[in-house]
Amino acid sequence: MSKLQSLQIYNCEVSELSKIPVIPISDFRDWIIKAAQSGCRISALFGKPLDKNRVRLFAVLANDEAGTLFLSSADVEESYPSLTAECPQAHWFEREIAEQWAITPVGHPWLKPIRFHSSCRKGQDAFGRKPEDKIIPGITNFFQLTGEEIHEVAVGPVHAGIIEPGHFRFQCNGEDVFNLEISLGYQHRGIEVALIGGPNKRTIHYMETAAGDTTIGHAAAYCQIFEALCDCNVSARAQSLRAIALELERLANHTGDLGALAGDVGYLPTASFCGRIRGDFLNMTALICGNRFGRGLICPGGTGFDLEEKHLTELKGRLAKAAKDITVAVNLLWSTPSVVARFEETGTLTQKTCADLGLVGVIARACGIDRDCRFNFPSGIYQFAQVPVSTWHTGDVFARAYVRWLEIQKSLAFINNQMETLPQRHAAVPLDTLSPEKIVVSLVEGWRGEICHVALTGSDGRFSHYKIVDPSFHNWMGLSMALRDQQISDFPLCNKSFNLSYCGHDL
Amino acid sequence: MIKTILARIQQKHRTIAFPKGEPALPDRFRGRPVVDTKKCANDCRECENVCPTDAIHCSAGSLKLDLGRCIFCGQCQQACKKGAIQFTNEYRMAARSREDLIISDAEIKLADALGTRIRRVLGRSLKLRQVSAGGCNACEADTNVLTTIVFDLGRFGIQFVASPRHADGLLITGPVTENMKLALKKTCEAIPDPKVVIAVGSCAIAGGPYINHPEVNNGADRILPVDLYIPGCPPHPLTILDGLLRLLGKFNSK
Repeated sequence: MSKLQSLQIYNCEVSELSKIPVIPISDFRDWIIKAAQSGCRISALFGKPLDKNRVRLFAVLANDEAGTLFLSSADVEESYPSLTAECPQAHWFEREIAEQWAITPVGHPWLKPIRFHSSCRKGQDAFGRKPEDKIIPGITNFFQLTGEEIHEVAVGPVHAGIIEPGHFRFQCNGEDVFNLEISLGYQHRGIEVALIGGPNKRTIHYMETAAGDTTIGHAAAYCQIFEALCDCNVSARAQSLRAIALELERLANHTGDLGALAGDVGYLPTASFCGRIRGDFLNMTALICGNRFGRGLICPGGTGFDLEEKHLTELKGRLAKAAKDITVAVNLLWSTPSVVARFEETGTLTQKTCADLGLVGVIARACGIDRDCRFNFPSGIYQFAQVPVSTWHTGDVFARAYVRWLEIQKSLAFINNQMETLPQRHAAVPLDTLSPEKIVVSLVEGWRGEICHVALTGSDGRFSHYKIVDPSFHNWMGLSMALRDQQISDFPLCNKSFNLSYCGHDL
Repeated sequence: MIKTILARIQQKHRTIAFPKGEPALPDRFRGRPVVDTKKCANDCRECENVCPTDAIHCSAGSLKLDLGRCIFCGQCQQACKKGAIQFTNEYRMAARSREDLIISDAEIKLADALGTRIRRVLGRSLKLRQVSAGGCNACEADTNVLTTIVFDLGRFGIQFVASPRHADGLLITGPVTENMKLALKKTCEAIPDPKVVIAVGSCAIAGGPYINHPEVNNGADRILPVDLYIPGCPPHPLTILDGLLRLLGKFNSK
């Protein structure tokens, strides 16, 4: 990768905005396409308005093996030649850019809105909608198959359960799904726009609720940005407490997912055991900070709460009990042939599809790809305490379940280890103001996968732009591909094995 | 099979004694705040200034906290040097009207039961349809846990159902995004009368952290008449359960 075309940085490293190369859009395209072909991945690709007529596109590419990030940018006015046909990873990002900034990626094979809101550049629209047109979510030109035996199934936005809204269109031949198209945006509440001009008293709450089940993950990604920009060193104790919280979040959600997977194949013992054990992990987070989801636990400069000796003893005891219970509950799955038979070879993704789409987290690791920010881009305590990467090679529902189980075991061991060696000193340090005209990228391995936050500061030391990429943003396309040639009745099982966030995507 | 049975024995009986026994909550749990106007310095307005959702209003001799807007971050408690606002371990705080959520010195007026006529229909079997209208999935998750063996919602005759046609009421989470407004209205219309509407969480009550964003409608009662408000960000599962049971008149004596 040429140094002239891009700036190499590390996770949480601050650099001058002026140091990011601004290259012609044709070079920018070639750079991304070639990098993707040589194994890099798009962590973020977004636009930021320069003036009335121009938008600057920024790309953050990740080289997992080297643990390095590359930044570059290019200016565009109304349109540019789309990347997606040559680099499928760019698909969703280009649609987002088109929707937010009314920039048309010419030749995009599937150009339609992803969140269904009006463009942030007043009066301009990439989809030819007039300013007075009311935008109705889920109304777009869906991909359709025709034929005598083809039928279409439309589901949502309101689903049959306590889950978030989204619209799904299946093109089926009998029971077989030829294509699933996913249309989201129902949860769009304008977080990114509201972050501009911050940080302010609401900023941390936007982060904590970007995806409520990933409160710790998103809050930690934001705090790393904040601390990098004011050059503050967080104490080792706070870093350790954050990692404990992040792993508890992973434990709770992975446990819940395994229970839900068991429920979806009709195996009720594990479903009901895990439903309860998930709550035990949430209650451990509440033991630390008073809230089951970790609200208020992670704050810029450290943690809002410290672990006192009595809490530490209590936490150790509870974790040991939960570890025993979860082991018994989950091992039932692997020793029950009717469960394994339903998990195996259902919703299979090949490693190539996974790599082409730039999928992250459990989904990528279940395709045998070593991709874990805790290992590839370690920050905080993970620089000193490694968590081995858990992978499985089959790419099916079984692999996604099994990787979760492997990670549960690793997280339990990690937390135990951290509690034994919890550094002393205070959990929070005072903060300065943010450094102006800078850019910083923060990566955190949330329980779903890579959480990427990118912040740009203006001359006033405030956020002039803030980009949040939830792992779900990468992975929704993976679910769509996993459903190809599956039975439509396997959708709940496949969906649960991905368990993606709607609100984290919609923001 | 034997493995399953042994596992079942190992996992034990886990349903909590609530409502007969009092639940154990963590000592750091931020439940219902109490306000003491006498302690308030009045002109400092520190609490008002730090509140991310403008839930606090100070004026001469009065200090009011809107539980509907409050996201229970506890910043006001930290900011107030006089201790005029204190978060307690009290999880009960569901109310029947929006005004009841605005608290000051007086004790909160907790939700009273539905009228006897509607309770005759719904009191022993309440089927709810849940709609997430922009929620962050925390309220949804802590509503969902009520159906686990820990809370065992079914023992109170309450159940979440898949179709609004089978439901007696609607439980709403989220600030009601513009993009969910129509779907929410349609779901409510599809529920046969008589029906109840329950707003769970600060988003569904007043917009939560997204209050006054152009993309949201600042809560469910801008769209539909709400019968029960359950504050919290997210509310503890027990706060939700307590609210539901109050609505059905299971706590007449309290």
